[in-house]
Amino acid sequence: MATSSVSKGCFVFKPNFKKRKISVPVEDYFNKGKNESEDSKLRFETYQLIWQQMKSETERLQEELNKNLFDSLIEFLRKSYSGFQKSSRDWGCQIKLREIPTAALILGVNVTDHDLTFRSLTEALQNNVSPYVVSLQAKDCPDMKHFLQKLVSQLMMDCCVDEETKEGSIQVAQKKTHCSMDSLSSWYTNVTRKTDPKMPRKKRTSSSQWQSPPVVLILKDMESFTTKVLQDFIIISSQHLHEFPLILIFGIATSPIIIHRLLPHAVSSLLCIELFQSLSCKEHLTTVLDKLLLTTQFPFKLSEKVLQILTNIFLYHDFSIQNFIKGLQLSLLEHFYSQPLSVLCCNLPEAKRRINFLSDNQCENIRRLPSFRRYVEKQASEKQVALLTNERFLKEEIQSLLENLHVYHSNYFLVLRCLHQFTSSLPKYPLGRQIRELYCTCLEKNIWDSEEYVSALQLLRMLAKDELMTILQKCFKIFKSTSEKQLGSTAKRIEEFLAQFQNLDEAKEEEDTSGSLSKGLQKTDLYHLQKSLLEMKELRRTNKKQTRFEVLREKVVNFIDSLVREYLLPPETQPLHEVVYFTAGHTLREHLNAAPRIALHTALNNPYYYLKAFATVVTAAEKMDADSATSEERNEIIHARFIRAVSELELLGFIKPTKQKTDHVARLTWGGC
Amino acid sequence: MMSKLELKEDRMLEVQFVGDDDVLNHILDREADVLTGAKLKKERTQLLVNTKKIIKKPEYDLEEDDQEVLKDQNYVEVLGRDIQASELAKTPRKNVSLSLKNDPEIINIPQCSKGHSASDNVQLKNNDKSEFLSTAPSGLKKRLIVPRSHSDSESEYSTSNSEDDDGVAQENEEDTNEVILNQKIPSQNRAVSAPVCKETPSKKMKRDKTSDLVEEYFEAHSSSKVLTSDRTLQKLKRAKLDQQTLRNLLSKVSPSFSAELKQLSQQYEQLFHKWMLQLRLGFNIVLYGLGSKRDLLERFRTTVLQDSIHVVINGFFPGISVKSILNSITEEVLNHMGTFRSVLDQLDWIVNKFKEDSSLELFLLIHNLDSQMLRGDKSQQIIGQLSSLRNIYLIASIDHLNAPLMWDHAKQSLYNWLWYETTTYSPYTEETSYENSLLVKQSGSLPLSSLIHVLRSLTPNARGIFRLLIKYQLDNLDNPSYIGLSFQDFYQQCREAFLVNSDLTLRAQLTEFRDHKLIRTKKGTDGVEYLLIPVDNGTLRDFLEREEEES
Repeated sequence: MATSSVSKGCFVFKPNFKKRKISVPVEDYFNKGKNESEDSKLRFETYQLIWQQMKSETERLQEELNKNLFDSLIEFLRKSYSGFQKSSRDWGCQIKLREIPTAALILGVNVTDHDLTFRSLTEALQNNVSPYVVSLQAKDCPDMKHFLQKLVSQLMMDCCVDEETKEGSIQVAQKKTHCSMDSLSSWYTNVTRKTDPKMPRKKRTSSSQWQSPPVVLILKDMESFTTKVLQDFIIISSQHLHEFPLILIFGIATSPIIIHRLLPHAVSSLLCIELFQSLSCKEHLTTVLDKLLLTTQFPFKLSEKVLQILTNIFLYHDFSIQNFIKGLQLSLLEHFYSQPLSVLCCNLPEAKRRINFLSDNQCENIRRLPSFRRYVEKQASEKQVALLTNERFLKEEIQSLLENLHVYHSNYFLVLRCLHQFTSSLPKYPLGRQIRELYCTCLEKNIWDSEEYVSALQLLRMLAKDELMTILQKCFKIFKSTSEKQLGSTAKRIEEFLAQFQNLDEAKEEEDTSGSLSKGLQKTDLYHLQKSLLEMKELRRTNKKQTRFEVLREKVVNFIDSLVREYLLPPETQPLHEVVYFTAGHTLREHLNAAPRIALHTALNNPYYYLKAFATVVTAAEKMDADSATSEERNEIIHARFIRAVSELELLGFIKPTKQKTDHVARLTWGGC
Repeated sequence: MMSKLELKEDRMLEVQFVGDDDVLNHILDREADVLTGAKLKKERTQLLVNTKKIIKKPEYDLEEDDQEVLKDQNYVEVLGRDIQASELAKTPRKNVSLSLKNDPEIINIPQCSKGHSASDNVQLKNNDKSEFLSTAPSGLKKRLIVPRSHSDSESEYSTSNSEDDDGVAQENEEDTNEVILNQKIPSQNRAVSAPVCKETPSKKMKRDKTSDLVEEYFEAHSSSKVLTSDRTLQKLKRAKLDQQTLRNLLSKVSPSFSAELKQLSQQYEQLFHKWMLQLRLGFNIVLYGLGSKRDLLERFRTTVLQDSIHVVINGFFPGISVKSILNSITEEVLNHMGTFRSVLDQLDWIVNKFKEDSSLELFLLIHNLDSQMLRGDKSQQIIGQLSSLRNIYLIASIDHLNAPLMWDHAKQSLYNWLWYETTTYSPYTEETSYENSLLVKQSGSLPLSSLIHVLRSLTPNARGIFRLLIKYQLDNLDNPSYIGLSFQDFYQQCREAFLVNSDLTLRAQLTEFRDHKLIRTKKGTDGVEYLLIPVDNGTLRDFLEREEEES
């Protein structure tokens, strides 16, 4: 083999330069895999388009979600910085000067996504506050020396990028040997003096408006730093604060108390801390789901199982939005790769256009769709024949079906949101607190058949008036926001309900408490009391005089119920749902959340192989009898196979050699020592 | 009734019917007693009797044992089986031994009283030769061992930390007609009696029982008593194979299920295009599952990667390192002729290069990303950073059971893996070929041929010096505390043999040996240098024989 050698482990293969130029475009791989399936090129393009849209949408969302946080952070930095500027002789100011402005950024547990956040934070700070932004990680700074080294090298690298690069790098090389706060501050005065008159940066005009911009130091994972390093650094830098304006940003995963636990009072008193709380990753997820999946903007949809898998990976494995997006990308890719009809998974006008170009083969594909077959079976017999034989008729029908699907979705999400408004505030959250839980249940089955839904409705029937009205108002807003024809009337209905509730207020005065039960109970014995109470109860039940509010409330609940039953049908009921729904959850799980141990285990666990192994031994023995001359050789072979088995087991990590005894190995897994 | 209990020494042992409860009271009142019982029970399963435990027992316990056994004998009698049990006791406080004749069957000894019944299955092997031995109490310090010659299957096992068989007493001189039943019955009895105490109302017993359970638990889970075979590979009388003969031998074995395996691999081959697609779209691919994935990746390489730059990295290669991977990228892929201060600098340089030139594309194929050399945190971090580049595509295979533990969340997000299960069932021929398996000749130690080769090039004096050391080492073969020959002694011996005239010449000689990895020096606890030949003794002996033949 070209890639095995006893002297080296890396083999580089470079094709001829000419050959290399014609590199295969990506889309070629898209179709070749599946033997020239239909419209692969178009499908790939659609995939790319949708993915790009989704990606930019998530990026936008992330930016938006971070914006508030960053804005307030920047505001804080500016404010604290201006403290440096005012070099008043005021005693209080001087005390304050000793304090390092510190922003404690509470981010929650999640490592991977934070890198992204910090990166964009650095960018934002560099654009708005100061060019000198350094971020450090605990693993790079085991002690003070490394801490300072990293700080210095990053600072100088940063600022030497656009000015006198060579000189800077030489400087860095020199400085790496000895780094102290003194050298830092002298460097700082040097740099600020130099840049001052020239004003070289055009891009960073806002930052260079300040005479001497502060140095912002971000400690990404504050908890993992050793306390000693932190303490020392804070004490030293507070001494140099007048010549080296420093601002700290702590990334905190747990809670703000950790600062005081890590730093003794003497040190923490040198900090002027302000807390900033970032959005929790769960809220993040909710927004992403809301904007990517619970919308008709993107035609692509996930089935219940897939969504469940993705959210489970998120909630139980990593809390990482990035990973979630990756899963989404994979499902999108898989969908377009494996479903030939996914070519129609695009926006409605485009899909309608594409229908006209569908090949005969694709028409067959459509006819084979289970949902379409179910649809056909419900039609009259002439139409059935037409659908199955006439391509043109079929295409027209597909157009209307796709349109229906689109309408179904737009209604679906409206009603879903509306229902969520009602159920999200119920005690014990029978249908889940998050809209994604509700969505999952609705995708899975007819939600009105579930017990949770029944109990939710019961709870709704007990809502107080003002609660009900706020919910209705929210729903009204939801429905108002769209211009759908069918649901326009719904908005009107809700408006009517609202008006009726309002009227209820006015009518309340007139309405008299009809219950004239206040007769007052006469003195009586226990038996009679019991009896009369029972009678009263009976009375109340039979001519249950509902108040007008109750009647109205009942109406509202029934109305919601009817909406749900009409619009929240599970997608499987819709013809052609296969075009837009990705259902292969198992592949997703296989590729994202694989279990190599299980794979190994099942591979080794098959009893068949044991039988086979036994059979080989037996046949070997038989052959040995037949031909005893070769028995020595056979023994050798058995020996060799044993050797191979042992070394393979060792490679797989099942056993390891020990020094306990000669030729002794220890079992490492499945109940070993 | 044919069966009859023979008591050879009536004066010590009187037959007496003891109720179950009484026996239990005797047993369970004493924690130590039960403890030893548990130990005995365990040993029974190990088919090895270790009287060391018995030694710990107080005498009266032994007597109780006797009583128990006798009680069992009574049952036996009552049952009326065809048993002839004779009591063998050589000294007064002797454990009772049952001698059974001509009864190959399994004897059921039911223990029924007060509605509680438990039956013991005691299988008594009735070989003519004494298979079970018990030692006399006068030899309480002696250790029981079943002689190897009689029962091979048992002698193969010993506790892995067992000391040498000092104090072995082979009590073969006893009556050969007797099969001496050693502690089996008493221990069986105890095993049954432990649950019985549940029914007894005594609180004390209950308390004892719980503590006993705890003891028993730890007893059962103590790892010190792991049974391992005493058979070593040397006993096989089969020379260690070298890599080549091993491979030759294995090639003779026709793999079974070749059709199915082929089908399996064809199935995977259909994924090649999908892999390419996913690689190009920013994912990296990791293959897992049993069986070598090397051939599969090799086919992937030859079918779809022919027209692109790619680097194949054999992770299983023992000399592989991240540095060498980066070097081959900088030197051979990017044609850079320079050195880097550190691996991280090199990485930065590569990253920048790839970011600048987006037309640059590189496929990395790593066989065994989880190999010994690459599984370190730093290596994984660097490879992960490489793979996170847009125009570097990584497809790797992992085999180790715990390979996914290498990656934390941060690394996983760098790698951006898509997992593919590709169980091939094919042998790890290439992957294990570098491995220093215990059965294959160690490449680290010197084989005979190289030993001879090196020594031929030396002066006769040097050869003599080395032979001295070999002989000394072979003489001390059985000395477990042998750590080597001290330099001073060695010098003395060499002087006496007129091989060296000063310790400087000896030292010069030793330096040469060390350079050829013929010897190893070790500082002992007393600070003295000890010399050792790191070659296995078989090879050394062969070498000496060869030398003598030649001379």
